[in-house]
Amino acid sequence: MLIRQLFTAVLVSLVAFGIALMPTSDANAQKRGGILTYMIPSKGAASLDGHKETSYATIHPTAPFYSLLIQVDPSKPGAKELVGDLAKSWTVSSDKKTYVFKIHKGVKFHDGSDMTSRDALASWNKIVFPPQGILSARKAMFSMVDTITTPDSHTIVFKLKFASPAFIWAMAMPFNYIYSADVLAKNMRYYETKIMGTGAFKLVEYTPKVRIRGERFDQYFKPGRPYMDGIIGIFSPKQNVYVAALESGRAYSMFRGLPPQAVKDLLKARPGEFVVQSSTWNCALNITPNSYKKPFDNVKVRRALSLALDRWGGSRYLSKRAIVKTVGGVVFPGHPLAPSRRQLQTLEGYGTNVKKNREKAMQLLKEAGVPRGFKFTLNNRTTDQPYKIVGIWAVDQWRQIGLEVKQKVLPTSKFWAALRRPKSRMTEKGAFTVSIDFNCQAVVNPTVDISKYIPSSGANYGKYDDDVLERLYNEQLREPDFDKQKALLWDFQKRLTDQAWTFSTLWWHRTIVHNRRMKGWNITPSHYLNMGLVDVWLDLDK
Amino acid sequence: MFPTMFFVSVVVFFLMQMIPGDPVELKMLGDGSGDFSPEQLTLERERYGLNDHPVIQFTNWMFGVVQLDFGVSILTDRRVSEDIAIALPLSFQIAIMSTLLATLLAIPLGTLAALRQDTWVDYLIRIFSIAGIATPGFFLGIMMIIGILVITNSQWAPPFDYKPIWVDPWYNLSMLIWPALATGYRYSAVAMRMTRSTVLEVLREDYIRTARAKGLVEKIIINRHALTNAMLPVITVIGIEFAFLIGGLVVTEQVFNLAGIGNLFVTAVELKDYMVVQALVLIVAFVFVFTNFFIDILYAWLDPRIRYA
Repeated sequence: MLIRQLFTAVLVSLVAFGIALMPTSDANAQKRGGILTYMIPSKGAASLDGHKETSYATIHPTAPFYSLLIQVDPSKPGAKELVGDLAKSWTVSSDKKTYVFKIHKGVKFHDGSDMTSRDALASWNKIVFPPQGILSARKAMFSMVDTITTPDSHTIVFKLKFASPAFIWAMAMPFNYIYSADVLAKNMRYYETKIMGTGAFKLVEYTPKVRIRGERFDQYFKPGRPYMDGIIGIFSPKQNVYVAALESGRAYSMFRGLPPQAVKDLLKARPGEFVVQSSTWNCALNITPNSYKKPFDNVKVRRALSLALDRWGGSRYLSKRAIVKTVGGVVFPGHPLAPSRRQLQTLEGYGTNVKKNREKAMQLLKEAGVPRGFKFTLNNRTTDQPYKIVGIWAVDQWRQIGLEVKQKVLPTSKFWAALRRPKSRMTEKGAFTVSIDFNCQAVVNPTVDISKYIPSSGANYGKYDDDVLERLYNEQLREPDFDKQKALLWDFQKRLTDQAWTFSTLWWHRTIVHNRRMKGWNITPSHYLNMGLVDVWLDLDK
Repeated sequence: MFPTMFFVSVVVFFLMQMIPGDPVELKMLGDGSGDFSPEQLTLERERYGLNDHPVIQFTNWMFGVVQLDFGVSILTDRRVSEDIAIALPLSFQIAIMSTLLATLLAIPLGTLAALRQDTWVDYLIRIFSIAGIATPGFFLGIMMIIGILVITNSQWAPPFDYKPIWVDPWYNLSMLIWPALATGYRYSAVAMRMTRSTVLEVLREDYIRTARAKGLVEKIIINRHALTNAMLPVITVIGIEFAFLIGGLVVTEQVFNLAGIGNLFVTAVELKDYMVVQALVLIVAFVFVFTNFFIDILYAWLDPRIRYA
């Protein structure tokens, strides 16, 4: 009996030990090989230089060829954590003003040269302190950086003028590619038209506006990666094309996002062939009145416009037709620093009693002397998703408080021209009255999220002045305590809502439909993130 | 030829100046995730010479063109000639394929319709050609893609990225045959109706009656006397359509994801990329002028009465 019990115990221990030693099924499952073809829903990249560009049309084709110093963790959905990419580790000083990054050794550029802290320094200098005539789209985000130094060949140190929680997230922006110092020394504009990085894939061919092709970089510094032999990105601005490509299997994914109807069509056309991933998108669709034009100079009228919107009902209805869904304020919904749903509902225009909201809106209009049937034009962009659809919805919402609104859709050039009109010309006849506006950010960080709404921002299309907003922004930027920062952000939200300089409609909703053979890719709230494709693999046996 | 091209360039350049919006802002704003200071934007404008007076901008551009330098695209920072070198072969190939298809369909069917005037053959061909004129090429293109997906049970679709015919002939043809069919059908319909009416007209001429009276074989009458003389207006239509296809296939190019001249044109106009628009205008004007010149030479070859001094 004892022998039998002993035998059983040994057997159980062996099995348990064996299970413990066994790799997880996921870790074991990755297969090597195959070429991933994906669609890039754009007419083409402007330039190929991530430091200078602001569009996914540059990120989607070029990210697989570059590494970052640190990145948003691609293995975890939600984009809530940061991990090193070229940085093996990093430390922060107790006053949170010095960041020390240790860089991996043995990293190679695609031309075979070694990557050291000298390259990181040259790249970061280009981003933070660009020389005269060289554009950096994110220079303003690094206003807190004082110096960047390299004490040794594998260490880079950032010293800040003041501690800021936004710094580390701005560092993880997917545009912050590490370039070769030697190449930059010879030609600062080299990367506008050429590609040469340390990424998982090496460039084979780039035909502008048509295709980009890469092959596995055998000297890539992460062992065993990438899994795939190569990638092909095909530029295609039209939905009918990329949906047909996905449906027929010519492409396995499109990483921007599909509208609900296209998702339904794909799933219906080839049941079981696709995997659907969705997330709230880090893009808010806003409405901005021109406060230099009557009657929108009156805060009561602006508040009435916001109060008329049934955001919760709109979420239910519009999410079936457009790429919008989540009700939120200025901070990315669901972020620890964002207000809770209950808290949000205390804001004017965010409550669930639509009838009461609209009665108040009509009362405000009456007090402001705006008659029933007052007419104005909503400036919008000639892009269906989600601009025109949400525009039509807003027109109907305002009709219900007695306003007659006409939507005027403009081609991109005219739309931007209207929004970028200088403050001195906001009173002219041609200036917009009320416009659709938006705020899309690459990383999920409240400071970055709200930077658009401060009066000094280049993206303040309402051209409003508000010292309170400036002060609150600067205070939260420097506030290291989480709860205090959250309170400041809430004050910022309340101030913006009370003044209604600009207000949210709904946040976008991102849905990616990819072929079931494509594995190892997680959706994030931003279409700029997770495009390195290092961990993606193809299960071509399926 | 040169005065026409110069005139077109001047008109288009100054029309472009009237479109609101700044090309540098349009380029730099992207999806709105960047924030550039006005000083940065001014410097970038300076780099492209956009701060200069429009007349100086135009003169500088013209000076470059004379040296065959079309300048740098404001949007992509590449040489304009590089962008055109990608788009032009594609547009030319589609134009050639469509023209071949249209000619092969239009001339035999148009002639047959004329010879069998008011019979069921004529009616059938006329219905076919009227349907072709009434159906826009892009609509036919969308229907083709949907039809292919339905027929193949979503297992196949044409390729959506262009490879030159000398790189991969099969891939190239399996992509371009569809837009060539979509545009070629409409194109053939126009030429078919023109062929039918001109053949009918020629068949009523005295010299055809004379040829028949002297007992000439009908085949020779049709091929040598009727068709040769009926071809002059048909060639004009084919030539104009060919030139149109080089830059005018905007929507069809979008339907089939073709990075041709039409698409390049629209993007450049949208983003106020003057350098590209100007170069494309010159190219399209050149194609039109050259095609007309070529047609004039064909006239002389087909009709010995026509001689140019």
